[in-house]
Amino acid sequence: MNPPRRTQIIAGSLLLAGLTACVALVQRVDAARPQATLQDTLYITSPSMVRRLSLGYTGLAASLYWTRAVQYFGSRHHEYAQSYELLAPLLRLTTALDPKLLVAYEFGGTFLAPPPPHGAGMPDAAVELIESGIRANPDKWRLYYALGFVHYMERKDYAAAARAFQRGSEVPNAHPFLKLLAARMATQADDPATARMMWTATYDTTQDNMIRDNAEKHLRALQVEDDVTGLEKIVDIFAQRFGHKPGSFREMAQRELLPGIPLDPFGQPYQLTPEGKVLVRQPEKFPFLHKGLPPGFVQPFGSR
Amino acid sequence: MPAIETFALEKTYAVGFWRKRPRRALHPLTLAVEAGEVFGFLGPNGAGKTTTLKLLMGLIFPTAGSAQILGLAVDDPAVKAQIGFLPEHPYFYDYLTARELLAYYAALSGVPARERTRRVEAMLARVGLADSANVQLRKFSKGMLQRVGIAQAVLHDPKVVFLDEPMSGLDPVGRREVRDLIEQLKAEGKTVFFSTHILSDAESLCDRVAVVHRGELRAVGAVAQLTSAVHGQVELIWQGTEVPASIKALGAECRISGENSRVILPEANVEAALDLLRRERRQLISLNPVRTTLEEYFVQQMNQKQAGA
Amino acid sequence: MNHPITHIAANTFREAVRDRVLYNLVAFAVLMAGAAVLVGQISIDIERLVVINLGLTAVSLFGVVIAVFIGIGLVSKEIDKRTLYTVLSRPVRRWQFIAGKFCGLAGTLAVNAFFMGIGVFGALLYVSRRLQRADSYVLVALYFIVLELLIMTAIALLFSSFSSPLLSAVFAFSLFVIGSFSEDLRGFAGMSNGLAHWLTTAAAYLVPNLAALNVISPVAHGEPISGSLILWNTLYAAIYCLTALAGTVLIFERRNLK
Repeated sequence: MNPPRRTQIIAGSLLLAGLTACVALVQRVDAARPQATLQDTLYITSPSMVRRLSLGYTGLAASLYWTRAVQYFGSRHHEYAQSYELLAPLLRLTTALDPKLLVAYEFGGTFLAPPPPHGAGMPDAAVELIESGIRANPDKWRLYYALGFVHYMERKDYAAAARAFQRGSEVPNAHPFLKLLAARMATQADDPATARMMWTATYDTTQDNMIRDNAEKHLRALQVEDDVTGLEKIVDIFAQRFGHKPGSFREMAQRELLPGIPLDPFGQPYQLTPEGKVLVRQPEKFPFLHKGLPPGFVQPFGSR
Repeated sequence: MPAIETFALEKTYAVGFWRKRPRRALHPLTLAVEAGEVFGFLGPNGAGKTTTLKLLMGLIFPTAGSAQILGLAVDDPAVKAQIGFLPEHPYFYDYLTARELLAYYAALSGVPARERTRRVEAMLARVGLADSANVQLRKFSKGMLQRVGIAQAVLHDPKVVFLDEPMSGLDPVGRREVRDLIEQLKAEGKTVFFSTHILSDAESLCDRVAVVHRGELRAVGAVAQLTSAVHGQVELIWQGTEVPASIKALGAECRISGENSRVILPEANVEAALDLLRRERRQLISLNPVRTTLEEYFVQQMNQKQAGA
Repeated sequence: MNHPITHIAANTFREAVRDRVLYNLVAFAVLMAGAAVLVGQISIDIERLVVINLGLTAVSLFGVVIAVFIGIGLVSKEIDKRTLYTVLSRPVRRWQFIAGKFCGLAGTLAVNAFFMGIGVFGALLYVSRRLQRADSYVLVALYFIVLELLIMTAIALLFSSFSSPLLSAVFAFSLFVIGSFSEDLRGFAGMSNGLAHWLTTAAAYLVPNLAALNVISPVAHGEPISGSLILWNTLYAAIYCLTALAGTVLIFERRNLK
């Protein structure tokens, strides 16, 4: 083999070997680094600094931070995280770069306020974020709705919620349900129907997939809770009428107390316990469910 | 009216980074070139030839003095239409083809659009580049580039042509071609001003020359005038390999070549030498005046100045 | 009289094209196509936003990079390579040479931006399936980007006339960066006193007002741009370029070429 050829072969092999080795080494290096540094470093925290660094291309920078915020929340949520420290700063940076990015405020409302693992557990931060959004976009009814939602759902401050819905209803082209919701806050705040109305409103009007998904999960949980409550009532009626608890739903259907075997929102039949309690067969599919759970069942958190 | 005239044209550079010291690239230069002349501008490297040309082209500005071409100030745009310039080591836009380059230059020189194609083609043929007209200049050899350079210098039929070292880097064939071209230009009645350090070229082509050294003008005049101004000598060749002592005493340089002797002695001593040879019965083969070559004159000038400096 | 400028401009354009500058359009096209496809993962309203933000930012950044990298060599390369000698020995005045170079590069950038604009609209159509009124505002944003590029060209040309390519690039990009937050600079100038005040004020006004020419975010949100802004920006850009060119000519007229 002549020298130039040999050099080529050696160089070629080195190249391939080097590339493979680099890939393996990157993985080793990452494994050796402390976990915290990987995700949780927000190098620049000052919005004005980020504005300057983006050299005027704030729209794009905002899109990038928004993407990062969504990714951050999504991946942590998937891993049953108990804290989401960076979510609020990321959303603040996003909205500082582009105050008109409405979906960022909505996202903050939906995912900053609820307790972990479904949210960051920072309802006050959520309120602050949405209020800043309202200052920048006073004519967007969606933001008032999001504000009222947080006050209602997480802070249980029905008066504040009512105020928010009222303000929102006064904005031109506001969705009519804002007026309805404002009214309901006064008298029917605790009514589960109100909660259901709100989740339906969110589900129908949001443009963001994650928010819609979240609303759908809540609605399913509410549906199941309604079903369980209703079914247990019928079980009581059965017991009163026939003197003993029903053995199964078929029995109840045979006695014409039920039209058929009741199914949960996923099409699975409910379970009837000997004590007359109604349970869901696959409780892990209902992350927000509080009723109809088997005794001792603890939510594994965060199924997407 | 002289075609080219300079009046105490001077250029001094401030050299150095911190404390600038002046460096005189050109001492006050006064000369006149007549219309229709082929004028050689001679000097060793660094003598100030290119500086002078750049001053005449308006590429650099004089520290003192002025220059005129065809009676107009050098920076007058009307002048530019009548002159052509070939710089030393010319670089041209290498992404253009020869044809495109010449067309571009023709346009810039104000050749009307209809005329342009005709002139460009004629020029390409004249310098022998018709075959390579569509090749990009980055692929051209040095000789071909030089030919393009000459083409662009005369394309617009200027009255005065300035050439900076036109033969540099060319092979003998190339140099012959350039010499022929300069003679053609002269025949067309153009004034040619060219700088060179190759004296044999100047000797054969120029009507008059100027010699510069270290930015100073040393001499101006016709070649013959300059070389004969130096002590005229005569060369004697005769048969026989012996040089009589008496001839040696005449202050001669002797050399034996083959069967003959050769002697160079001052013109004044020729008669005496002939007498001596006749007496010694030597067979005379030839008697010729020796003209100092320009090169010798040149070197002599350099040495003189060095000695005097 | 203007003929030399046209010829020099045309030749500058030809040089840029043969220098394969326009290949950057390929990179841009790939970027836009990729973005248009990927962005489909996000919710509908944001798609348009991201495509416009990304597209116009890319047009601006690609354009500025080209303007600077070619601009810094416009004069210095010709001096270094001595291609200038045979041009200036012809009836071409030095200021015409400068004007021609500027027009040539400006033309190249405008053509480049035009094709990129088509790319952005292509991606936009792919993502929204139809044209909206708000899409016409994108044209205004593109126009402003072209103005921005003209200013950067004039700046790069100015530096090219007296400085080496490396330094010119550093200066030009620095001015671009500072120009993007010239408002902050003006605000800062207002707050300082004495010598600092005068220096920062001078700097704030010398630096190009690029922030005003960046309407990418508003346009991405579908907001119209006021006619008066268009008018004033056009005037500003024209006069800024003229001023920079005047400075270039001033420097170049008396420059001893090596």
